[in-house]
Amino acid sequence: MHVVVVGHGPAGHRLVAALRAGDAAGALRITVVGEEARPAYDRVALTSYLTEGADLGLPGHGAEVEVVAGDPVTAVDRAGRAVRTAAGRVIGYDALVLATGSAPFVPPVPGRDLPGAFVYRTVDDLDAIRAACERAGAGAGGVVVGGGLLGLEAARALQGLGLETRVVEVAPWLMPRQLDEGGGAMLRRRIEELGLAVHAGTPLAALEAGADGALARVALADGSVLPAAVAVFSAGVRPRDELARGCGLAVGERGGIVVDDGCRTADEAVFAIGECALVGGRVHGLVAPCFSMAEVVADALLARVSGGAGGARFEAPDSSTKLKLMGVDVASFGDPFADADPAGGALGVTYTDPVAGVYKRLVVSDDARTLLGGVLVGDASAYPALRARVGAALPGTPEQALFGDVEAADGELPDATVICSCNNVAAGRIRAAVRDEGLADLAAVKGCTRAGTTCGSCVPLVKKLVDAELTAAGVEVSRALCEHFEHSRAELFDIVRVRGITTFTRLIEEHGRGRGCDICKPVVASILASLGHGHVLDGEQAALQDTNDHFLANIQRNGTYSVVPRIPGGEITPERLIVIGEVARDFGLYTKITGGQRIDLFGARVEQLPEIWRRLVEAGFESGHAYGKSLRTVKSCVGSTWCRYGVQDSVAMAIRLELRYRGLRSPHKLKAAVSGCARECAEAQGKDFGVIATEKGWNLYLAGNGGMRPRHADLFAADLTEEELVRYIDRFLMFYIRTADRLQRTASWLEGLDGGIGYLREVVVDDRLGLCAELDAAMERHVAGYSDEWRDTLEDPGKLARFVSFVNAPGTPDPSIVFESERDQIKPVLVAGSRLEVAAR
Amino acid sequence: MTMTTQTMTAAPAAPPEVRWTDVCGYADLLPERGACAMVDGVQVAVFRAFDGRLYAVSNLDPFSGAHVMSRGILGTRAGAPTVASPMYKQVFDLRTGVCLDEPDVALPTFPIRRSAAGDRVEVGLTDGHRE
Repeated sequence: MHVVVVGHGPAGHRLVAALRAGDAAGALRITVVGEEARPAYDRVALTSYLTEGADLGLPGHGAEVEVVAGDPVTAVDRAGRAVRTAAGRVIGYDALVLATGSAPFVPPVPGRDLPGAFVYRTVDDLDAIRAACERAGAGAGGVVVGGGLLGLEAARALQGLGLETRVVEVAPWLMPRQLDEGGGAMLRRRIEELGLAVHAGTPLAALEAGADGALARVALADGSVLPAAVAVFSAGVRPRDELARGCGLAVGERGGIVVDDGCRTADEAVFAIGECALVGGRVHGLVAPCFSMAEVVADALLARVSGGAGGARFEAPDSSTKLKLMGVDVASFGDPFADADPAGGALGVTYTDPVAGVYKRLVVSDDARTLLGGVLVGDASAYPALRARVGAALPGTPEQALFGDVEAADGELPDATVICSCNNVAAGRIRAAVRDEGLADLAAVKGCTRAGTTCGSCVPLVKKLVDAELTAAGVEVSRALCEHFEHSRAELFDIVRVRGITTFTRLIEEHGRGRGCDICKPVVASILASLGHGHVLDGEQAALQDTNDHFLANIQRNGTYSVVPRIPGGEITPERLIVIGEVARDFGLYTKITGGQRIDLFGARVEQLPEIWRRLVEAGFESGHAYGKSLRTVKSCVGSTWCRYGVQDSVAMAIRLELRYRGLRSPHKLKAAVSGCARECAEAQGKDFGVIATEKGWNLYLAGNGGMRPRHADLFAADLTEEELVRYIDRFLMFYIRTADRLQRTASWLEGLDGGIGYLREVVVDDRLGLCAELDAAMERHVAGYSDEWRDTLEDPGKLARFVSFVNAPGTPDPSIVFESERDQIKPVLVAGSRLEVAAR
Repeated sequence: MTMTTQTMTAAPAAPPEVRWTDVCGYADLLPERGACAMVDGVQVAVFRAFDGRLYAVSNLDPFSGAHVMSRGILGTRAGAPTVASPMYKQVFDLRTGVCLDEPDVALPTFPIRRSAAGDRVEVGLTDGHRE
């Protein structure tokens, strides 16, 4: 059966993915025809493309799926079961799925086509907006038409590109579809504090050109005129239903292809999904219902080839939303307008804290027992629990619920309650994954059910359900580090700290068994080092280190080592650069620039390491700790000293931070960066801690990660002074070092932290655990106790004696290490071992 | 039964001749750490365990093909003294050389002893080791 999908946005992409996943036998032939030249991308995250240069690409479908890009379908021949494209392709189908999405609505005002006016829909739109903002220059005016979700995102993006940005909303308050008036007003206050102006309750009158014929001003119906070099329309969308109209399929009065709850049109071979479909009399614009439609159609099509039931039906979705707009939590759930009709009997309970900028409103049934909906602005911590209770009895009074006291009875949530609205996963499905499928942790349940994998707001609730189910099943998840210790790394850290233990021998004799291994020994070595117990090669500690820490260098595949001198902030004088070049030349090392703005020198034999370092230390270099689970680098952009866009001296800040935290041993490596403006050239949001300069100070981002599982850092605090910034990073690092598991990066540590970034803020900023003085003191001890490991090693003949290839022939190089030449540098010749093929996998 | 009979009746093979070579002082070996000795062209990883016992295995890591076994971390697994490859972390029994993670792989082992005075370490090689 040949399935043709018209449109390759998120809905079309999800459909193809679901068809491929369900069609193991390969019974379906699938063709996707898209209008945009690029393959499917994640339109939901569009703004991050503009603000962070995020890669939005969605996974490819594999060679079996034919993808036609950049060639829109122009007509459907239902009788002949074929589509025709602009380029003249004629593609026959057995089943046709229209996933053509929607087009931005541009109000019919004069000047709407002027150069400088844009819509906000595709990557091409965003590229054009970025170019226009750069041409206009920092401080030029920007106007966003539309104060809904997308409009506020666009406004933030324009502000990030340096424009003085204003938002125009025709409704009396922001986000009128999600928020009531009080919530909208609080959101407006919070957003204005961030430097965005809001003009609400005023229709647009015209876009006006300047002398050069390009957009210069936006005029409103109330007579005000706003300066604008760039205007962005995000005032809603209209379904792209023209193909359906052209082939005689029914469309709604206000657009949208009419389909039944199986997403089928009146023609049984034609389906419509996503924003172009009118299902149950409504067009849906959020991604979750669009994904549901894709799954419904996949189910029906798979049933045709497999003989399955295919009974999936689209259900009216939960339109609850939670998001963070410019650092402000905004959430609405259930029906927040249920009390709008006084005859309906519903009651609204409202709480406003103008000082903290918090607005909360619950709508309950007339007996105040059943939760109908609500709005949260400024503090949405209660959202997951409240949303899960919509339609159910409140455990206490509405007042208790407003203040977050709804967590008491998560275990009692009915199985049918939707926990993850993005992927439509109910509590019962999560419980079944643990109970019936034997999954034993949050990660496995997320992978299997998809719960919590899109926006992540429900993860704490998913975790609680998983834990409750595991406990009910009598499963106790082992936290034991290895066969020698029953304890987790965090527990060992506390034991070592509280009991004042300074040696592995004492620790394992009193708290473990056996004699350790390559898992627990480096962990204990790291704990001892974090607590400041001397040089990593002192006494018994030397025996705990893995080979990298033992030789203070990084082992490479042929048994040689690489050397990375510290270059704080990536700033280096020509003289020092020359020294590195001379050392590399004299020892015949392969050189490569690292991602952390340093230089890596490869191919050193162990007996060469002290000689190499003697030269480097003499020239003023010190260990870069590339070999350690410790701070690697603090990368920086060039900052305000040179860059015409920079607003702060990012290089000086990076150097300050790198020198402060150098040598700090931690559960895993730590990477950091400082950007001098919102353009973020240092990629700080992909680091364990990242700092971005603002006009008023520094924004701190925490727990980002590149690597195997990239994670975008969370904004922890904005517009900090230098002293606040350093204090918060101090505490964050020390808290992480104390409580993380072995080899757990800050990203997964934060994800596993009950309460997430909000809890971390309470610990670090509000001192909720009363720990801050201890954390501060620990960091002060680290800073005061720092000493360069390589300089100390060179001064200690006992330690130096270990740097030999052969204990019985100290001067002899290892003859098994052989190099050949490639691109004018050395390259290891690998001598095959008896089982070399094993290493290749 | 047949096997037993054969074993019982086969002429005992002459033990291979072991040549002992002095490689280093006992004090040169850190407790729970290894060192590599070049013995007659063969790289031998020698280890001093926490209880003072000595072990010697081939320095060639069969999984990576690099001569690095002497740089592994020592420890125990279910009571057996072990070394972990510093490259891909496979764990080997120091007494037999057998890889505990993949038992069909084993490191060659060598006789090792302290000298008569106790202050030196000696490694034994047979002709078979040179192959």
